[in-house]
Amino acid sequence: MNMNMNKEAYLAYVKQVTPASPLGKDLFFSFLVGGAICTVGQLFSHFYLSMNLGRDAASTATSITMIFLGAALTALNLYDDLAKVGGAGTIIPITGFANSIVSPAMEFKSEGLVLGLAAKMFVVAGPVLVYGILTSSIYGLVLLLMQRL
Amino acid sequence: MLKRTGSVTLLEEGPLVLGSSAVGGKKEAEGPLGGCFDFLYSDPRAGQKSWEKAETAMQDKAVSLALKKSGLSASEVDLLLNGDLVNQCTPSCYTASKLGIPLAGLFGACSTAAESLGLGALLVESGALRTALCVTSSHFCTAERQFRTPLAYGAQRAPSAQWTVTGAGAFVLGQGGGRGVRLRAVCFGRPIDMGVTDASNMGAAMAPAACDTFSRFFTDSSRSPSDFDLILTGDLGQIGHRIVSERMEQLGLPLGDRYNDCGLMVYDLQRQDMHAGGSGCGCSAVVLAGDVLSRMRAGTFKNVLLAGTGALMSPMSLQQGDSIVGVAHLVWLSCE
Repeated sequence: MNMNMNKEAYLAYVKQVTPASPLGKDLFFSFLVGGAICTVGQLFSHFYLSMNLGRDAASTATSITMIFLGAALTALNLYDDLAKVGGAGTIIPITGFANSIVSPAMEFKSEGLVLGLAAKMFVVAGPVLVYGILTSSIYGLVLLLMQRL
Repeated sequence: MLKRTGSVTLLEEGPLVLGSSAVGGKKEAEGPLGGCFDFLYSDPRAGQKSWEKAETAMQDKAVSLALKKSGLSASEVDLLLNGDLVNQCTPSCYTASKLGIPLAGLFGACSTAAESLGLGALLVESGALRTALCVTSSHFCTAERQFRTPLAYGAQRAPSAQWTVTGAGAFVLGQGGGRGVRLRAVCFGRPIDMGVTDASNMGAAMAPAACDTFSRFFTDSSRSPSDFDLILTGDLGQIGHRIVSERMEQLGLPLGDRYNDCGLMVYDLQRQDMHAGGSGCGCSAVVLAGDVLSRMRAGTFKNVLLAGTGALMSPMSLQQGDSIVGVAHLVWLSCE
């Protein structure tokens, strides 16, 4: 490394000296934690089915329960501790979506209930909603066209 | 008397640090320097309604403790030089508004402690001011919500990520004789952009600026690293520390074992799971005020260099894909 190092050479050097995330460990724990969250969801699903809720109602009730649990753990400042270990395993399930909405609501409450809590509530989840709705609309259109043909 | 040599300003008399204080939070209390702080808050909100108000409270506390040690009252301070990381430096403004001292607000990102000391030293040495109060703060929670994600949001940090120090440091500078820590030279940094865009690798973004300032200082002042007992960078963390060590060696100015980084001193990286180390405006301020100055007064170190390192960027500039500009301001402190 010398004083006249250009940007490309410096960035290559930085990449070389910067430790990478421990991929094996991260994958293992995200599988474990993500799998555990899904197992809890499955248990609730079985429970609601055994209460004769019917398939559709049982899966809705399961989603509601998991969203509640994700929100409650976020409010208790426990979900971020779980995510520190679980990584993507805590982001992908529906509990992660609850966390992404409740955490900014908590954080920005100090700026008021309207311009803080409500306005900032979707600062993390907003893009997921926008592109989720957009892609499902495209999917719907494609499905419609295919059925007509 | 001031003497300009190249890009370095030497201070012949050298303003005296009349009083200094370090205030910290819970994680700082649990770190290896926990015993060096003048005051520690166990409550991250410091009994306030918001994180920003808590940061103001920490600055207020640091100021009152430093003034008390200096034996001066607020009305005897000619100018307040302070800064932090919150938008438009509001915690610094609120602290200033309560003191009734003229304010020159500073933004140097995490280089602010060294920047304020450098400017304060020049103004006092030149006679433009009799006394200056230099204050810097940062708060983990105000920085997270502004630069990253909400606190309760579940995300993993990269191994190169650093932890913003919750704390404030204050220094009262003045003229006068007698023994004590004096500022002997100032070398302001040139902002350097090496194209780093990764916000979780600030050390790599700031390290080239630190090397530039160090090499200009050593060359222009005709001094070598071995003339100093301790050479510090502000908050480069593990990666930035390694880059500076390697680069300075290649430049023929090896810093050796006397080189340390405040971000590596303030926390126990392994035990406290701090990834690459501490960061933030408060990092170098509390390490200098709490630990280094007392060791200088005790005679452990005679000559110390601090290069406060700052990443000059905003969440907006990063979202627009712009790279992070680094800067490093250097001050030479001595206690003979």
